[in-house]
Parts: sequence; C-alpha cells; structure tokens
Amino acid sequence: MSRICDKAKVLQIIREIAKNVIANKDYLTELDTKIGDADHGISMNRGFEAVLAKLPEVEDKCVGTIFKTVGMTLVSTVGGASGPLYGTAFMYAGNQVTGKEALNLEDAIKMINAALDGILKRGKANPGDKTMVDTLHPVVEFLNSVKAEGLEGKDCAEVFKQAEEVARQGMESTKPMMAIKGRASFLKERSIGHLDPGAVSSYLVIKTIAEELQNEV
Amino acid sequence: MVGIVIISHSSKVAEGACEIALQMAPEVAIAACGGNKEGGIGTDPDKITAGIENVFSEEGVIVLADLGSAVMSAELILDSLAPEMQGKVIIANAPVVEGAVVAAIEASIGNSLAEVLSAAEGVAGMRKVEREG
Repeated sequence: MSRICDKAKVLQIIREIAKNVIANKDYLTELDTKIGDADHGISMNRGFEAVLAKLPEVEDKCVGTIFKTVGMTLVSTVGGASGPLYGTAFMYAGNQVTGKEALNLEDAIKMINAALDGILKRGKANPGDKTMVDTLHPVVEFLNSVKAEGLEGKDCAEVFKQAEEVARQGMESTKPMMAIKGRASFLKERSIGHLDPGAVSSYLVIKTIAEELQNEV
Repeated sequence: MVGIVIISHSSKVAEGACEIALQMAPEVAIAACGGNKEGGIGTDPDKITAGIENVFSEEGVIVLADLGSAVMSAELILDSLAPEMQGKVIIANAPVVEGAVVAAIEASIGNSLAEVLSAAEGVAGMRKVEREG
C-alpha cells in the first residue's frame, strides 16, 4: 500500500521547494544571464517568497486549495514567463485533489500529469525546445509507466528517487539543445552549450519532492 | 467602441505606445499595462486584468502584447474572464506600437472587434522602409 502524505508533509514539501528555489536564486539568474533576460532566479525568488508568506493563510484548507493558492500567488508575483507557467502548473495540479486532506502516490502522479498539461497548454513548447518541458515530460512518462505496472506495494520515496534521476537527465539534455521557445530562442545557436534555466528550476522542484519523501519526519 | 489594452514588459513602452495612439484617436479607451508590480521590467497579470476591465465594453477589447511571456500572461487572464467577457477580448498578433495606433484609429471610427483585429494584424506585413536591391 503506497504511503499517505498528510497535509503537514505536503505543506513541508511546498515550503522546501520554495526555500530551495530561493537558495538557488543566484545560480538560476546566472543561467538566465547567459541565454535569457537574467531574471529567472530573481523572478522565482520573488514568487516563492510570496508563496511562503501566503501559506499560513491556507494551511487549514484542502490540499487542492493550497496548490491553487500557490499557483495564483506565482502568477501574480513572478512577473516573467515563469509566473504563468509555474502558476498554471500548480493550479492544474491543485484541481486534481480538490477536497483532499492527504495525498498518495496515485494523487501525486495525477498532479504532475496535470501540471505538465498546464505548462504545455500555456507555453506550447514541445520536448526538445529547450525548456522546463524537457525536465518534466520524461518525469511524467516515467511516473505513468510506474502507474501502468500497478501502484500496489510501490514506495513513494523510491519512485520519486528514480523520478529525480529522470528529471536530472532531462535537465542535462537541454545543454546541447538550441532554444526554440522563450527569450533564449532569440539567441539561436548561441543558446547551445548552456542549461535551460527553467529546466533547472523544475529539476529542483522534483529533487526537493524526492528528498522530502526520503526524510521520514 | 472597441477598447485597447497594451501590454509590455516596460511600463514606459506601454505608456508611450498609449500616448502615440491617443494622439490619433483621443476618444478610444486605452489601458497601458506595462512593467511588473515593482515597476521594473516584466509583466503584471493583475494590472492586465484591471486594464481589460477598465476598457471593456460590449464591442470588445483588442490586446497588444510585446514578447512571449506577455502573450502567455494575457492568455491566462483570457481563460479566466467572466462569462460575459469571454470571446470579446482578443490578443492581436501584431507589433505593439504600430498595432496600437492602427487599432485605435479603427476603433475610433466605430469598426467591429473583427475589423479592428484584422487591421492591427495587417500591420506586420507593412513595409516601413524602402530599400534598393
């Protein structure tokens, strides 16, 4: 029986995602300086600081509302492309778990599928365009293959540990790509040889979830 | 009269495009929605939503946006518009400054949303500079 993640743990995971994004502000900005408008770290920092400030207001709400609030906060505060993209991702994920007070592995897989659907709808990028989709699309494919095998007896922490590795490889795969979407696409060949900032920040999100699930607190 | 919303990553660009358009058509409702919440380079969906609401009428609204993320922010907002506004707010595939000017002129003579949209989107094909060879 896959483990249940109670609300306290869900909130902890969201807080840790926020803290990790904030902690990597300079690194994300540096990546975005090379192939973007140099604000990915700054924008994401602004958004996730606002998320941390907003969370106490929704701690007693259902998990769906918590995720939707995170999404709306990001849309409202990030100020760049990541706002609509991450915002829609969190909102779509939240819609999958309206009314829930805890999450299991099946919920998590539905949420990440929905998050990617939101990102694809909003940004219209394809795999290979050198974006966050290149990190998240392989993760969704991996999680769906795990689900197809049957979730009975699967350990959340182990599944996400593998998902993190899939995400890491997805992120690394953006390095040799030429950007087709976003500000980096204006650079054309000059975007080759650099990691995509959105692919890195979305890897950080998956990595944080994996790390938190391994912490039995 | 069709209203106009100008979205730019720069508040100065949005305000400037608005000023130029108003010079041609002072009676048109135009909202300049540029810059992020701090007034820096970026976009602010809340400002855009307020802009759309401010210029909205039954004739509809044309939205002009500069770069990709401005278009994404606008699309996100369009998805969540009130039912009575759905379908009456359209993002033009047009350059911001010239698109705003053309849209304002078309709107000022009472043209429909479809006519204003078509005119604004026709701007992209107009040659600004004649060059030999």
